[in-house]
Amino acid sequence: MNAITVNRLTRRFGEFVAVDDLTFDVREGEIFGFLGANGAGKSTTIRMLCGLLKPTSGAATVGGVDVGRDPEGVKRRIGYMSQRFSLYERLTVDQNIRFFGGLYGLDRARLADRRRFAIEIAGLEGREQMRTSDLAGGWRQRLALGCAILHEPRLVFLDEPTGGVDPVSRRQFWRLIDQLSASGVTVLVTTHYLDEAEHCHRIGIMHAGRLAALGSIDELKGIFRHRPIVEVQATNPVEAMRQLDQMPEIEKTSVFGTAVHAVLRPDRPLAPAALDDRLRRAGVPVTAIGPVQPSLEDVFFEVVEAAGSQHGRPAEAASGARP
Amino acid sequence: MRKSFAVARKEFRQIVRDRRTLMILLFVPTFFLLLFGYALNWDIRHVHLAVDDRDRTPESRSIVSAFVNSGYFDLVASIDEGQISAAMNGTDVRAVIVISSGLGRDLRVGRLVPVQVIINGDNANAATAVMGYSLTILQNESAKYQGRLAMAAVPLLSVEPRIWYNPELRSALFLVPGLIAYIAMLTAVISTALSIVREKERGTMEQVRMAPLDAASFVAGKTIPYFLISLVSSMVIVVVAMALFGLPMRGSWLLLLVAVSLFLVGALALGLLVSSIADTQQVAFQLAALVSFLPTLMLSGFIFPISSMPALLRAVTYVVPAKYFLIALRAIVLKGAGLSVYWTDLVALAIFAAATLALASARLKRQWV
Repeated sequence: MNAITVNRLTRRFGEFVAVDDLTFDVREGEIFGFLGANGAGKSTTIRMLCGLLKPTSGAATVGGVDVGRDPEGVKRRIGYMSQRFSLYERLTVDQNIRFFGGLYGLDRARLADRRRFAIEIAGLEGREQMRTSDLAGGWRQRLALGCAILHEPRLVFLDEPTGGVDPVSRRQFWRLIDQLSASGVTVLVTTHYLDEAEHCHRIGIMHAGRLAALGSIDELKGIFRHRPIVEVQATNPVEAMRQLDQMPEIEKTSVFGTAVHAVLRPDRPLAPAALDDRLRRAGVPVTAIGPVQPSLEDVFFEVVEAAGSQHGRPAEAASGARP
Repeated sequence: MRKSFAVARKEFRQIVRDRRTLMILLFVPTFFLLLFGYALNWDIRHVHLAVDDRDRTPESRSIVSAFVNSGYFDLVASIDEGQISAAMNGTDVRAVIVISSGLGRDLRVGRLVPVQVIINGDNANAATAVMGYSLTILQNESAKYQGRLAMAAVPLLSVEPRIWYNPELRSALFLVPGLIAYIAMLTAVISTALSIVREKERGTMEQVRMAPLDAASFVAGKTIPYFLISLVSSMVIVVVAMALFGLPMRGSWLLLLVAVSLFLVGALALGLLVSSIADTQQVAFQLAALVSFLPTLMLSGFIFPISSMPALLRAVTYVVPAKYFLIALRAIVLKGAGLSVYWTDLVALAIFAAATLALASARLKRQWV
């Protein structure tokens, strides 16, 4: 059973195609992650699925409701939270919960019950009368999530929910997401953080309005099945990269902190030891070298680059042009 | 309906929690009234007067005391001929009366006597007013002797102006209704526009739009608190104007409430319209000030009479709600006139409110999706 079905969904803003012919499904109870640069079309997609934005063409059903035909019906069935944790900062924790409860039309008994729940998941027991503006980011974020799911939706949309939050709070937040998913709630989340994507059951990588790749993390890493990756630690990674780029056996390189990841061509095997030798002869001191498993970051860059060359659109073209 | 109530309650709480906004909404209008009411006063009072009385008879003293008792003049010095220039050159004296010797004697025999009044003309308006006061006072004084001597030789025909509603031509009575319109308009438009644009800016608007709540309920919930608050603050201005500026209340309070309410609904709708155009609080503030402040001040008949405007501007005044409001307000408060006199103005206010509200809701609804 699919919680979300998207069929050839397209959204244009004038000449600019923000979302281009998107087709995918999200299964019930799944955590589905959208990865992509700013302007790749993630937020536009989420906003269309939430009924905030009308699609230019194509269709989508969310919880069995057509988003184009009955956006209000969609809104009743989903919870939505964006990176701005949109709470009223001048109001207290309690007043915020009551306000959103009122918007969702909860009756007194249910509100009391859900209020306890929201305060519990946010970890705000005893701080109900605090102003939201006085809360630290992590608390505010969890309270915003609590407010967004007061009406117990079966579907939750999170648009970059962890922006500007410290790592400990991020981990706490993802524990909540995992719990929601375990209780059968479907979660669609967009993120910049590749480490967060590891929590997702399936990932869609968006680039320039298109879905460039879709699958579980293991499936996505499969694109490197025949192309080993060698990680080179060098005192001068920039120089190491320059040398590596000149070697015919190497398809491409990318920098990971102080290390360089070199992707080998499938038909030209090259042992790390031989590579080490060649770099030393070129005058680049190497501190460590060895094969590594592809990370999600390797996958992400690979997919985005391939999509960029395929559609003849450079990756920068879309970034920054966020609707 | 229950959802509108949830929005309204939240809005009230936000306003109450935000002391600054609450102060602005409730007290700044009154503060404005005091400031404008006292500063924008076209009456000249406490004109510092020096007297050069060379006669020193009961008649000359009577003239001086008539000046002082008029309330417009404060006697600050008694000087002689040589000091006149010095006194006028200084900053303290604005006018000097020169009474030549022999005035008492001449008056008693019915001879025409000139009294010289020297007025500082650096402020033309003030000088004209002072001259007017002086003429009136001297005429009253001379009438005493004319009556006593039955001077039939002088033609006893004179123009006797009668000014109604504001017999003393106190400018406050003319200005206060305009100020009420101006202040109510400004606060209502700005506060409504800012409250919605603030939600756009903070992103809370998006969160609210995600809830199953239609645009109309949101708009209703947003405007009800501001309507009530601006109604209270408008009525406070009226009461303060009555207590401090002697604004009369000759008509019906109920009709006043109706006129103020219609005017405020139009102003709030204008605020909504601004919020549907502006995306940042800064733009909203400027736009709101522009559409409320300029027309209300310039094109409503508040300061400049509409009848003396060029035809094009006169045509524009037909869409300025303050114009109709001022006519109704002056009619109710100053004249105590019946509904038959200004019902068309109330209808115009209602049309303005309905049209602006419809336009604003249509725009907001389109943005709501």
